[in-house]
Amino acid sequence: MSLDMNADSYVTADGRTIGPVVMDLKNITLRFGGVVAIKDISFDIREGEIRAIIGPNGAGKSSMLNVISGFYKPQEGEVWFRGTKRPPMKPFQVARQGLARTFQNIALFDGMTVLDNIMTGRLNHMTANMFQQAIWKGKAEKEELANREVCEKVIDFLEIQHIRKTPVGRLPYGLKKRVELARALAAEPSLLLLDEPMAGMNVEEKEDMSRFILDMNDEFGTTIALIEHDMGVVMDLSDRVVVMDYGKKIGDGTPEEVRNNQDVIDAYLGVAHD
Amino acid sequence: MFYREAGDFKTSYKDDNQTFPIRLDRAGYWVALAVAFLIIPFFVNDYWVNAVFAPFFIYAIAALGLNILTGYAGQVSLGTGGFMAVGAYACYKLMVAFPEVSIVFHVLIAGGITAVVGVAFGLPSLRIKGFYLAVATLASQFFLVWLFNKVPWFYNYSASGQINAPERSVLGVIVTGPNTDAWAKYLICLVFLVGLAWVARNLTRGMMGRKWMGIRDMDIAAEIIGVNPLMAKMTAFAASSFFVGVAGALFFSVYLGAAEAGESFGITKSFLILFMIIIGGLGSIFGSFAGAAFMVLMPVLLKNVLVGMMGWPTDLAAHLEFMIVGGLIVFFLIVEPHGLAQLWRLTKDKLRLWPFPH
Repeated sequence: MSLDMNADSYVTADGRTIGPVVMDLKNITLRFGGVVAIKDISFDIREGEIRAIIGPNGAGKSSMLNVISGFYKPQEGEVWFRGTKRPPMKPFQVARQGLARTFQNIALFDGMTVLDNIMTGRLNHMTANMFQQAIWKGKAEKEELANREVCEKVIDFLEIQHIRKTPVGRLPYGLKKRVELARALAAEPSLLLLDEPMAGMNVEEKEDMSRFILDMNDEFGTTIALIEHDMGVVMDLSDRVVVMDYGKKIGDGTPEEVRNNQDVIDAYLGVAHD
Repeated sequence: MFYREAGDFKTSYKDDNQTFPIRLDRAGYWVALAVAFLIIPFFVNDYWVNAVFAPFFIYAIAALGLNILTGYAGQVSLGTGGFMAVGAYACYKLMVAFPEVSIVFHVLIAGGITAVVGVAFGLPSLRIKGFYLAVATLASQFFLVWLFNKVPWFYNYSASGQINAPERSVLGVIVTGPNTDAWAKYLICLVFLVGLAWVARNLTRGMMGRKWMGIRDMDIAAEIIGVNPLMAKMTAFAASSFFVGVAGALFFSVYLGAAEAGESFGITKSFLILFMIIIGGLGSIFGSFAGAAFMVLMPVLLKNVLVGMMGWPTDLAAHLEFMIVGGLIVFFLIVEPHGLAQLWRLTKDKLRLWPFPH
């Protein structure tokens, strides 16, 4: 069976519909002083797909994610989000457009409970102003309860009911990763960026996390871009893979295409210089 | 045995969200409120109000304010005394300029003016953090006190350089000036405290509080979820300064009656209130109360015990009082660095099982 991946939308082998392009990165170049972190990279992310970014250490994967989430401003190139070119923006403005992300080294609010952490994800869905919140009765309370319900759904989905009221600082690593995912998911993002969601996990935890990622994509139709080092996971989960090395794109396509790409093999296994 | 949550099931998110989720706590809260409003006013005398209740209530308001800024939003401030002075002088100017308007509005507007000043002095917090911000706010402390001493307009060109609260009444009851009854003083401070504590709780339980705590715990992560750091910090400064301004206005108009910026609102005030929230517990409403109570009541208690019960000379007792309070602060910080609020939480956790350990 051959898939026409250039069509406006197509159906994958496992029956998911992949829609039009959500995020289009055009000729991105990012420099830190004299160091070129990303060199003229273009790729796109389509609605409903799981897109992986892989590459050896220092290839510029995280920098790429930081460009997408607005942390870094690329010197050259354009970021197109949902068909419009994105002007230079602060990260919180990018978040308001419907982007959420998790971090390689967990970035949760240690002093707050799991529930409060997840509720912060609902930030952009709540509009009560300071005075309404000071009075509490009325809009602020109504909003709080409605959004609590959404958060409870996310909590159920990620199976963290038992730690709802626990301060995040007391949790073990694996659960923290899950809470961070919950916080990002609670935002109901149209594009979810995961920076090494499985770093430092054992096989069981990786399986759990993979299941959550697949379910998220399947049930909520969340578009996901992820960075991951575990090749088995990447090849199993993703629809399309971008391979980076030394800031350049060396491969892009389905897992099979990437696996057979000579440049990719060279980058990972090394190449004989003669 | 008596303090437990068994059988106290929550069937809605509203129930689960309430301030006192455990039934006994809820009952205790209402009893305390009833005693404070319905019983104590009939028994207070001048000594109790001036030595205990009025300073406790007013410092508790200031501590709530500083706790919003430092405990919840993580922005250290040493300018509390200066902001209290802004509240006091704003209240004074308003009381003199608009004698026909109720003092309640004057106090609230004074809080609003302080909020604006607080935001202006909070702007550096966008660039600097931690100790450096503390030093920047210290500058505001000295600047504001200097300003109120230097510009005669603020104290209406009075010869002494002091501001004196004229007599004002609420609902026919005199609340400021020398002819105020003890119970009126007590009640007006209590009403402001209860109202503002309720507002503080509302602000910190909802999205506003989460934004502040997010900025405190990890500002980068907060920004990536959509918290505008500028707005979060400025609202924290505004809310905090409002509380501190109201505290300053009450401190001057109801409690002191006369004030002079350098003497009443000096750097020692800033430190006193900072100590209150550190001892009481950062990021806790209860901690603000506990810290204010500790710092206000402990000296009074010691004085009564040493002079009244043990018959020591007053001057000796006064010096010893400093040493004991200082020692107690160190002791508490070693035993429980997270303050009295945390101590209280741990006690409650223990009580839930007591006397059966399982």
